Amino acid sequence: MESTTASAAGSPHSIIGRPVARIDGPLKTTGIAQYAADFHLPGTVHAVPVQATVGNGAIRSLDVSAARSMPGVLDVIHHGNIERIYRAVPNDPSATVSETRPPFEDNRIYYWGQYVALIVAETLEQATAAATAVIVEYSAETPSVSGELEPFAGKWQTVSTRGNVDDAFAAAAVKVDQTYVTPVETHNPIELHATVASWAGDTVTFYESTQGVVNHRNAMAQILGVPRENVTVVTKFLGSGFGGKLFPWSHCALAAVASRRLQRPVKLVVTRTMMFSNVGHRPLTEQRFRIGAGAAGKLVALRQDALNHTSMVDNFDEGCGEATPYLYSVPNLTVTSALVQRNVGSPMAMRGPGAVPGLFAMESAMDELAVALKMDPVELRLKNDAAIDESNGQKFSSRHLRECLETGSAKFGWSKRTPGVGSMRRDGKVLGWGMAAASWGAYRFGCSTTVELGADGKARARCATQDVGTGLYTIFAQVLSEKTGLPFERIEVLLGDTTMPEGPLSGGSWSTATVLPAVAGAADNAIASLLQIAATTPGSSLSGADAKTLRLTEGRIHRSSDAPARGVPFESVLASARLNGVSGDSTSGSAFEDPKAKGLSMHSFGAQFVEVEWDPEIARLRVSRVVTVIDAGRIINPRAGANQIKGAVVMGVGMALLEETVYDPRNGQPINGNLADYLVATSPDSPEIDVTFLDYPDYALNSYGARGIGEIGLAGVAPAIASAVYHATGVRVRKLPIRIEDLLQSEIREA
Amino acid sequence: MQSFSYSKAQTLDQATAAGGRFIGGGTTLVDLMKQGVETPKMLVDITGLPLSSVETQPDGGLMIGAMVRNSDLAHHEAVKAQYAVLSQALLSGASPQLRNMATTGGNLLQRTRCPYFRDPSYSNCNKRNPGSGCAAIGGHNRMMAILGTSEDCIATHPSDMAVAMTVLEATIHVEGPKGKRTFEIADFYKLPGTAPNVENALEPGELITHVTLPAPRKGSKQVYLKLRDRASYEFALASAAVVAETSGGHIRYVRVALGGVGTRPWRAHEAEAALMGKPATAAHFRAAAEAALKDAKPQSENGFKVELAKRCIVRALTTATA
Ligand SMILES: Cc1cc2nc3c(=O)[nH]c(=O)nc-3n(C[C@H](O)[C@H](O)[C@H](O)COP(=O)(O)OP(=O)(O)OC[C@H]3O[C@@H](n4cnc5c(N)ncnc54)[C@H](O)[C@@H]3O)c2cc1C
Ligand code: SF4
Repeated sequence: MESTTASAAGSPHSIIGRPVARIDGPLKTTGIAQYAADFHLPGTVHAVPVQATVGNGAIRSLDVSAARSMPGVLDVIHHGNIERIYRAVPNDPSATVSETRPPFEDNRIYYWGQYVALIVAETLEQATAAATAVIVEYSAETPSVSGELEPFAGKWQTVSTRGNVDDAFAAAAVKVDQTYVTPVETHNPIELHATVASWAGDTVTFYESTQGVVNHRNAMAQILGVPRENVTVVTKFLGSGFGGKLFPWSHCALAAVASRRLQRPVKLVVTRTMMFSNVGHRPLTEQRFRIGAGAAGKLVALRQDALNHTSMVDNFDEGCGEATPYLYSVPNLTVTSALVQRNVGSPMAMRGPGAVPGLFAMESAMDELAVALKMDPVELRLKNDAAIDESNGQKFSSRHLRECLETGSAKFGWSKRTPGVGSMRRDGKVLGWGMAAASWGAYRFGCSTTVELGADGKARARCATQDVGTGLYTIFAQVLSEKTGLPFERIEVLLGDTTMPEGPLSGGSWSTATVLPAVAGAADNAIASLLQIAATTPGSSLSGADAKTLRLTEGRIHRSSDAPARGVPFESVLASARLNGVSGDSTSGSAFEDPKAKGLSMHSFGAQFVEVEWDPEIARLRVSRVVTVIDAGRIINPRAGANQIKGAVVMGVGMALLEETVYDPRNGQPINGNLADYLVATSPDSPEIDVTFLDYPDYALNSYGARGIGEIGLAGVAPAIASAVYHATGVRVRKLPIRIEDLLQSEIREA
Repeated sequence: MQSFSYSKAQTLDQATAAGGRFIGGGTTLVDLMKQGVETPKMLVDITGLPLSSVETQPDGGLMIGAMVRNSDLAHHEAVKAQYAVLSQALLSGASPQLRNMATTGGNLLQRTRCPYFRDPSYSNCNKRNPGSGCAAIGGHNRMMAILGTSEDCIATHPSDMAVAMTVLEATIHVEGPKGKRTFEIADFYKLPGTAPNVENALEPGELITHVTLPAPRKGSKQVYLKLRDRASYEFALASAAVVAETSGGHIRYVRVALGGVGTRPWRAHEAEAALMGKPATAAHFRAAAEAALKDAKPQSENGFKVELAKRCIVRALTTATA
């Protein structure tokens, strides 16, 4: 049983804020939607990478002769014969890559599974077979994959600081000083990473599984050494990415190189095993939190020192201090961070990077503080609510954390909670109730869109952004419908192709906030042209009218003084004018350049309330109920929005109780690299989830007042579960995932 | 590419004469072929053999054809009514899709989930390459066995169904070059010892045709309890199958078998001995659990299984005697 509530801030008739079904749903459920690997171009050949079986060392010799002579094999590429490819320009934000070292750059092995050769063959089976016939000898050393990041002797970076935290902590009446660990988690979108690269002359087209077609084009142009305009990237649908598909990985360049050599389309699908080593992960984090408070619970000191592991070739900073500086009011605060190198593939942003592991640590520490203070954990948060962003003195554009906490408490029934460990029972089980606050940034970047009103009576939008499965196609359609009055059947949204006007990368929960102004602006411009044409086309009943007095309603052009029914369908005006259509373009800028957003601290907020059921005799723990209250601005589509939040909560159950990529200490192999052994939450693990959107528009971010909802739903889930686990069992788990091993330590032995 | 021939046998004789590798649902075998662990040259599909019925025997027992799918067996009326432990065990295993494919014979012969066994890039696996060593010892071993292990192999037997059949004292019927043979399930599975590559009593070319179960013991209660990290679609960390009969608060009959902890479906004779004739109380259940695990040999990561298995036994006994 799941429920969703949202009160539409717009007019009750507006399609904006209405819970509409996603327009791409039928394409997906009928199998018509084409994902990257579904593109079967004539003459396609198949590429399969060979992976290193050591985690640290160098290739001593590579014998491809047997593989090369196997049936169907067309090419074997490796560091000894790959032609020149380039690195992407460092710190170029328009052309980011995930792993800066291009594939096969040298003979060094930095992590288990690194690609050491690429087989290209007529069929996938032939390529797969030949891949096992490549003989590689290594000089190998024991890789460094330790899950412990301390002791750390390197340099710390200060992320944020105010007051004098160490003195204030020393003097605090009540203190918590603990270290929290979050494990390596692997992005496991069901759609595997896949590239189909196809050269024709000196141009190349990529059918890609990417969260950013424009960035992908720019990066691949730099890597392949060709002009941007020679590269096209197409991503019609994505079976999600969770951050793992933000930027290109090595296999994309390999597919392109192979296609250039053979002048045939090359398809390369990363296997599930490779997903665990070669295309990113949420890095291991180890965070020490020191929180000091007065006896009445007012925070006086907050210090976070966060380590995360990174690879040998990239400095990936998880950014665990993302939410720490502004979530609570505290006069003395310092956040520092540092990186520890490991023989692992390069980490990559995973849903809610930084904030999600950071909030696990901070909200767990807050829960421990509440226990130390003998104070209700909700009350502790309310008491320390921040009126302004104390890290920079800015006002919040819109902050309703207090209301999230209060609404969540009421919906959950928090007032019935008894604080004692193991004090609540139901049907032979112990209940644990826990909660946490949540936050995630609110962003808007630049976007260009074209809207066309066609003689076929349809409205079309085009934008080189992509729908990663969250509902962006539908957001475009909602705005077009709002502007033109056309039903969805007469609206087409074309995304995921770099030949269209440039739109945003799908990351940071900013897509909706970013595209709204551009698509609305383009629609307005297209409509203005249309009305102008109506006013000036001879023979039309509107001819000679002042265009300013004309309106487009329900697809009909009419005088503002008349009912729409008295107007004319816009397509007949276009027909009289002998036009195939009119279009409007619009480009909107980033919030950083917007005077409306200037000097404001913009974030989304939330509260998570969790119930766990604990059967102590058999150490069985299940999350039974979650109440989530989200303050993410105005919700454009509460149905797709609630879907995002519910999915994130289920992911949070996995983060708290199940997910962990385990490396074999001897060779650095992710040893549970498959979906039977790497545990994610299944349907029976999914709790009853109650989602509430507060729906306060944040007009500083855009004219619709929308922020983003893709990540905030995961923030705070794991610490709320950990706090519920403590409440039920008395076991405080500071290292995720919480396992049966931990629960067996509970002194509560019966319910 | 590893090419192989494929044929579908219509009769038992055809199947056993073919000299190929039998394939039932293929949910174990095809996976392992894709991994390069199994490399049969000839596959003989046996799912067309007339061995897919479940029949009540004149003695009140049950005869289960080797081709009966796991889902069909789990939902069979006689199984649900009289062998609840078997139905529960089947439904706790794998996923609905896998259970729809998996056969009774294939389930009995499924291979271990030891990750080092399943990855041929590890040359050191005594089960795959006799004499090569054991990569799991000293590696990631959280899921490994704690009972019946040897210096040469610590792989867990993964089947839930076989644990239920062990507690029900099933008989396995085979046919092949040596004609028809039968095995008590307890004698069918081998401990790894120094030859972990030998997992059972089957000889090359022998086909499992049936499993028979003795008539259900009147007045007994049956329970299968499986403990694991997530709520479904995971192999057991520890499981317990119990058949028990009490009268006057005392235990008159009891059979206990364990899954997820042993190198074969684990019959806990020590637990049974500790319980026979004793009052059905928590203290006796715990004592039985202690007895069952007294020889446990945990590895670096799976020490928790010892206590978990004990709790599992206690709960299953409690439920079966309630
Ligand atoms: C992801 C996953 C999760 C799983 N989870 C569980 C779980 O939780 N619990 C559980 O118990 N199981 C689980 N399983 C295992 C599943 O139950 C087995 O794969 C299945 O029962 C095997 O049956 P099959 O008919 O498909 O066997 P096949 O793959 O066809 O055969 C297996 C082996 O038996 C041989 N064989 C088959 N039939 C006969 C016969 N009649 N005579 C002689 N030899 C024969 C084959 O040659 C082969 O060696 C899981 C499997 C997967 C893939
Ligand atoms: S435990 Fe057994 S199956 Fe696993 S690696 Fe060792 S010998 Fe092989």
